[in-house]
Amino acid sequence: MSAEEQRGNGFWYKKGLRDGIPIAMGYFAVAFTLGITAKNIGMTPVQAAVSSMLLHASAGQYAAMTVIASGTGYLEMVMTTLIVNLRYLLMSCALSQKAGPEMKMGHRMAVSHYITDEIFGIASAVEGKLNPFYNYGAASVAGPGWTAGTFLGALLGTALPDRIGRSLGVALYGMFMAIIIPPAKKSRIIFGIVAASMLASYLFSVLPVAKEISEGFKIIILTVVIAGFAAWKFPVHEKAETEEEGGEQ
Amino acid sequence: MTQNVYLYLIVAAVTLYVIRALPMTLIRKDIKSPFIRSFLYYVPYVTLAVMTFPAILSATGSRISAWAGFAAALLIAYVDGNLFRVAIGACLVVYAAEFYI
Repeated sequence: MSAEEQRGNGFWYKKGLRDGIPIAMGYFAVAFTLGITAKNIGMTPVQAAVSSMLLHASAGQYAAMTVIASGTGYLEMVMTTLIVNLRYLLMSCALSQKAGPEMKMGHRMAVSHYITDEIFGIASAVEGKLNPFYNYGAASVAGPGWTAGTFLGALLGTALPDRIGRSLGVALYGMFMAIIIPPAKKSRIIFGIVAASMLASYLFSVLPVAKEISEGFKIIILTVVIAGFAAWKFPVHEKAETEEEGGEQ
Repeated sequence: MTQNVYLYLIVAAVTLYVIRALPMTLIRKDIKSPFIRSFLYYVPYVTLAVMTFPAILSATGSRISAWAGFAAALLIAYVDGNLFRVAIGACLVVYAAEFYI
């Protein structure tokens, strides 16, 4: 067990709050566009805000709005939500191991509620096992950012001032890179995985047929293939795993 | 439509919660299989890399400012690695770059 891991819940909550700030900023900016879409299909700002509080999934919320706008029924809503958000199943599997057997059922249920791409990202990156209070801290700043952005977007019907909005949008990607680049620097295997993933993702966005695949499925397909290949070729050794260094040879 | 919106949202929310909570609540023990352990260990690196690129290139007003933001994030993440500084640094570089476009 590492020194950080032994810290108390308060330490982890505060760390979560801190790491949640850039997420909240990015969410705030991105959610404006979501709010505008909500307004365009006739949702009130309050309904838009409630959808962000309940769902907090950007592609998932666009899809939900499409179903609401077309009024095609509840079964359609279930199916669409399942398909668009399937990647969370994979993330939840990975987090189940990061959580470790010590994490109690109640905490597992609470952490599950706020699995988003970004919070999954930072939770995967903590050293050693995950303390649920880290997720609570991050969610308690990121959540209001997301909800406020959606509400204001739906209320005002306009995006943030162009340049500010556009520069904040990049915060989430910067955050992803802060998670994957440092380990890639330490481990050649992770470097290879990150580079291959970006290249494959690029190819999927330009090649015919492949580019028709939705973002959600692209993530699932590439994750299964690349992480599967890496796991087969470079199985992680217990010691390396706890040191966050991957299967360094 | 207005009547049903909340019902629709609740249906979506329950479905989403099930997707998010099932593995987390059902897989409580450490998985023994080295292959699956390794697979799950590599999952975040692949998903985050796939989500970042090339999506970051269309996240701003122009390709040029987006490339600048990407390069800045790469550099700060490599040299410094602090989550907050990487995210803010990338934003500032994009903000500055957009002045020249």
